[in-house]
Amino acid sequence: MGRTFVGMPPFPVAAQAALADTTLRRNLAHATATIRAKRAGVVAEVEDWEDLRVQAAAVKDATLDHLGEHLLTLEASLTARGVRVHWARDAAEACRLVGDIALGHGLEEVVKVKSMTTAEIGLNEALAERGVAAWETDLAELIVQLGEDLPSHILVPAIHRGRAEIREIFRARMAAAGRPAPADLSDEPAELAAAARLHLREKFLRARMAVSGANFAVAESGTLVVVESEGNGRMCLTLPEVLVSVVGIEKVVPTWEDLDLFLRLLPRSSTGERMNPYTSTWSGVTPGDGPQEVHVVLLDNGRTRALAEREGRQVLRCIRCSACLNVCPVYERVGGHAYGSVYPGPIGAILNPLLHGVGSDPATDALPYASTLCGACAQVCPVGIDIPGLLVRERVAVVDAHRRDPRPKAEALAMRAGAWGLGDARRMGLAERASGLVGRLPLGRRMPGGRRGLSWLPFPGSRWTGARDLPAPPRESFRQWWSRTGRDEGHRP
Amino acid sequence: MRVAVMATCLGDALFPEVPRATVRLLRRLGVEVEVPPEQTCCGQPMVNTGYLEEAVPLVRRTVEAFAGVDAVVVPSGSCAGSVRHQHRLVAQRAGDGALQEAVADLAPRTYELSELLVDVLGVTDVGASFPHRVTYHPTCHSLRMLGVGDRPWRLLSAVAGIDLVALPQAGECCGFGGTFAVKNAEVSVAMGADKARHVRETGAEVLVAGDASCLMHVGGLLSRQRAGVRTMHLAEVLATTADDAAGVV
Ligand code: SF4
Repeated sequence: MGRTFVGMPPFPVAAQAALADTTLRRNLAHATATIRAKRAGVVAEVEDWEDLRVQAAAVKDATLDHLGEHLLTLEASLTARGVRVHWARDAAEACRLVGDIALGHGLEEVVKVKSMTTAEIGLNEALAERGVAAWETDLAELIVQLGEDLPSHILVPAIHRGRAEIREIFRARMAAAGRPAPADLSDEPAELAAAARLHLREKFLRARMAVSGANFAVAESGTLVVVESEGNGRMCLTLPEVLVSVVGIEKVVPTWEDLDLFLRLLPRSSTGERMNPYTSTWSGVTPGDGPQEVHVVLLDNGRTRALAEREGRQVLRCIRCSACLNVCPVYERVGGHAYGSVYPGPIGAILNPLLHGVGSDPATDALPYASTLCGACAQVCPVGIDIPGLLVRERVAVVDAHRRDPRPKAEALAMRAGAWGLGDARRMGLAERASGLVGRLPLGRRMPGGRRGLSWLPFPGSRWTGARDLPAPPRESFRQWWSRTGRDEGHRP
Repeated sequence: MRVAVMATCLGDALFPEVPRATVRLLRRLGVEVEVPPEQTCCGQPMVNTGYLEEAVPLVRRTVEAFAGVDAVVVPSGSCAGSVRHQHRLVAQRAGDGALQEAVADLAPRTYELSELLVDVLGVTDVGASFPHRVTYHPTCHSLRMLGVGDRPWRLLSAVAGIDLVALPQAGECCGFGGTFAVKNAEVSVAMGADKARHVRETGAEVLVAGDASCLMHVGGLLSRQRAGVRTMHLAEVLATTADDAAGVV
């Protein structure tokens, strides 16, 4: 346990290593293609899907516009139902709060419901430092935890693993964490799931405290909502005496009616199901039934920073469905680890810069560039986040943050030179005449279609020609052709 | 009808056959063609890399060059997309009200080639002839930013003699992505390799698309692989008639 993304190389470097991992490439291509097809199928069934997306975006925006009020309503409703509400400015504060509660009860272990928010704040590692073991109970999280691995997908953290690898992890690691895997464990999915079930059952029955996140928090009634597939989350939410939920402040929805909208959008977008198997809702303490001590930690950790951005705040609409990851051609090829964050893929490429700011950490600065801007993500996002638009805006933020660097990057110099050369038709024409002279040289070899192509250029051109031929410059630019002949010529240029 | 051709910087400097074919095609359809000489680059490479400040003079030049013309045709989905959807951002950054107005004025007059042909000129059969096996890649910005839909496909389907075959997983990005192609060259090539594989699966001799930049990327890979597939811009195929079809490929 305890690996984190801290200190990982920036995306372009990490992606190269990932591309060379053939097992990863195969597992991801298969998994994402399957889930894409499922999603497309169930989304096509909903006639007013586009309307739902527009409504959901509007509800989120309206809520974010008055976030303070809704959070106070939520706090009041929660408190009225016997919940102890805590506010955490950042990851350290949130982790300290959760650790204090566990240690206050003299506990050495807690069970966990799958939660992105607790992964974001590094809760497991923080608890481990204080001598509290946090056991993941979601099957995929369990695989990641036992394998001392890092999550690579929002919804399916072990998406990069194949079943043979999972069998090995279970056989090698389960014993140290509790009930061992059967000696004759095969890689049949049903057997793997059964092994995990027996292993986890022990922990559920022993645990006195659970930690969860929440998919939604309904302000009017003080209700938290967790949406899941396995039922392991519900075990955690109902069996232990103490329940602590770490909830990002953007998770608040004003009413149950609003919730209804998101519960229709989320499962179809994320797992490609019409409805998810388990939707747990709880509103505070019910005497004699379920956890008798309930805490909610409301987490900022950069969310108010994102909220302050006029366009950027729409990132807080995100309901972590992971549809954008599954359709992303970049994610499909490099997987989640290359993004160096628990939030990978298109959402990670905008969320991390917006939560933490740009200009100081090269890994964060590289994220908005980890995209071709192909726009596939924006088409599937159930809450209509303009992901490509925000990627461009965050690129602008990165460039602006470095404008005063004492030594500008080569890219910045190239862009300035390019803008100057292209800034005037005469200058551009002169450059074209010069390149036309190069075009007269018998360089390279003939490409299909007759143009000559270059197969080698010195750095930085080698970044292109390493794998791709490049057409040699034409003898005559369009501009030259037009002034020579195009202007007057009839129909036969 | 008078139409101004936006050659794009890439079309002007590296792929002059694309704007030339655009001119020729439009003239054949009876359109009076202009090429404003002051045009250079729409600024897209700078905007998409985050250099908004650097794009300001280019956007200014573009709106000035195309001021007052009825319609602008761009043989590039991504450059048309830049004019229609990104110039606003640049003008905002410049904080120049007049520029903001000029940008808002140019956007609705700007058409990607297939949009101009189908929506403005109302033609799908442009009288072209191209007796070759062809597959078509819908580039991301024409497909998702502009939403040109099946217009290019309809135009190609009407070409005489063409053997048009569908490209598997056509809607997936080819991996070019502007400066992505060099900043993340390995990922770009990995995506392009899959696109090239799908192209080869079709058995086509020509890969057609509406963006010279994406074709430069996939075509560069196909050329390196000695795949025996050439790339042509949509404008080039549509400009080809029975008279010259024989000599083209
Ligand atoms: S950005 Fe949109 S598509 Fe991606 S995880 Fe969030 S809600 Fe889902």
